[in-house]
Amino acid sequence: MAQLTCKNLCLGYDGYEVIHNLNFEVNKGDYLCIVGENGSGKTTLMKAMLGLITPVKGRILTDGGLKHGGIGYLPQQTAVQRDFPASVWEVTLSGCQSRCGLRPFYNKAEKQLAEKNLEKMGLEKLKKRCYRELSGGQQQRVLLARALCATQDILLLDEPVAGLDPKVTADMYKLIEELNKKCGITIIMITHDIQAVKYADKILHIGDKKFFGTKSEYLQSDISKGFAKGEYNG
Amino acid sequence: MADIIDKIVLYLQYPFVRYAVIVGVLIALCSSLLGVTLVLKRFSFIGDGLSHVAFGAIAITSVLKLTNDMPFVLVVTVICAVLLLRTGQNTRIKGDASIAMISVGALAVGYLIMNIFSTSSNLSGDVCSTLFGSTSILTLTSDEVIMSVILCAVVVAVFIMFYNKIFSVTFDENFAQATGTRAKLYNLLIAVIIAVIIVLAMNLVGSLLISALVIFPALSAMRVFKSFKSVTVCSAVLSVFCALLGILISVVFSTPVGSTIVAVDIVVFVIFSVAGKLSVKFM
Ligand SMILES: Nc1ncnc2c1ncn2[C@@H]1O[C@H](COP(=O)(O)OP(=O)(O)OP(=O)(O)O)[C@@H](O)[C@H]1O
Ligand SMILES: [Mg+2]
Repeated sequence: MAQLTCKNLCLGYDGYEVIHNLNFEVNKGDYLCIVGENGSGKTTLMKAMLGLITPVKGRILTDGGLKHGGIGYLPQQTAVQRDFPASVWEVTLSGCQSRCGLRPFYNKAEKQLAEKNLEKMGLEKLKKRCYRELSGGQQQRVLLARALCATQDILLLDEPVAGLDPKVTADMYKLIEELNKKCGITIIMITHDIQAVKYADKILHIGDKKFFGTKSEYLQSDISKGFAKGEYNG
Repeated sequence: MADIIDKIVLYLQYPFVRYAVIVGVLIALCSSLLGVTLVLKRFSFIGDGLSHVAFGAIAITSVLKLTNDMPFVLVVTVICAVLLLRTGQNTRIKGDASIAMISVGALAVGYLIMNIFSTSSNLSGDVCSTLFGSTSILTLTSDEVIMSVILCAVVVAVFIMFYNKIFSVTFDENFAQATGTRAKLYNLLIAVIIAVIIVLAMNLVGSLLISALVIFPALSAMRVFKSFKSVTVCSAVLSVFCALLGILISVVFSTPVGSTIVAVDIVVFVIFSVAGKLSVKFM
């Protein structure tokens, strides 16, 4: 069975539909890119996969091994308030929250996990720094470390490179690719960046026209032509 | 100076002054704990609304002539906290309006009730003390003292137990919920704690000044410290210090307790703002 399956999924807000009848599935170890115009409902879809909004119709099925809350998540805009006083360490560790259950404090294993993920992201030196005083790229990496604390299975990334410079963007993609190839973590990434498509195995295009299939199929299809030529307004 | 110390020592021999100091310090400690969350989660409007609700509830107890008004006020305020949080979550604009409605409504009705039914000869004095807590901390009955101490202990214990969860939910509610933390439940918990703190703090500073007691220490600490833990610890220390100093000053110079404490809080805030600016410059 696929790790995550969407069946006849309809999503919307207060009665109007954003996504109609969407079908796709993600297997363990896949690298899926979700593309589409602004406002086509990519973030909405991701929120539904995370269980933050309930589908209007249809279902999202997860594999037995993937329990609720076993998903790591990198939000599009950090909903975090700009003034929030928090150190990099505190933010990263908060990714372990779901492992705690009702236990009030983090145990040693969780602290080690957070430590390890900080290292993976090359953030050891920034551990004590204040999160809000970091650059955008550093903040993204902290949030990625936090997401990794929450899961070993599947990562949902909503435009992880928005606002990053070309070098940091390339680094970010490399990091994500490593997580996918070396650690076997399933990646589902929303992106406007045609560069990112080359890393993916599968593409989901949403909007007026829908597409779901492998990368090579996508690149040959008509839908990708518009996207690749930059005809979308992003 | 020696005069003042003598005076303090003299006053501390009265049990009611000692009660006031103990309860005041405990209340200050509790109210500072959730300051950061309140400021950053924009829950402060709920805090404000609730303090008015508590005022209305007190007006009703004074009409019913309850000897110990705290349990009633507590129940009413907690219920309103839950209701306000509900409406605030569902519909954004209507939620704001309903909070304004409830809070201003409670204030008006509370004053009206006090005005119509009060048998006291010093009505405006009563109202003033409910709004600004002028002397209520010095007139606590032993029942009230015990209850305050218990509630404070519960608030501190709950806060420590759920410290990490409160952090997660305050920092990034969506992430917390997506990864399996029951964010709604903890929001509720936060709202209930706020309600308890407000009922407690009514005694110390009165309903109009509660927000100041909750928010100033957190804002001061945030000027200088950068991590959640250090800000929380610092604001707790500051709040206790300001409350202690405020109570002593008010006893010695017979100024109103609540506003004296808030004035001390403001002075500390100014000092910390300057310190924050300087530390940025020289580091
Ligand atoms: N909380 C909300 N309430 C009502 N409508 C919403 C809400 N969030 C999004 N929408 C609407 O749903 C549609 C899809 O929004 P969504 O954020 O999913 O787009 P997106 O594909 O992520 O766009 P972008 O590329 O700009 O991030 C938009 O028309 C938007 O106006
Ligand atoms: Mg989006």
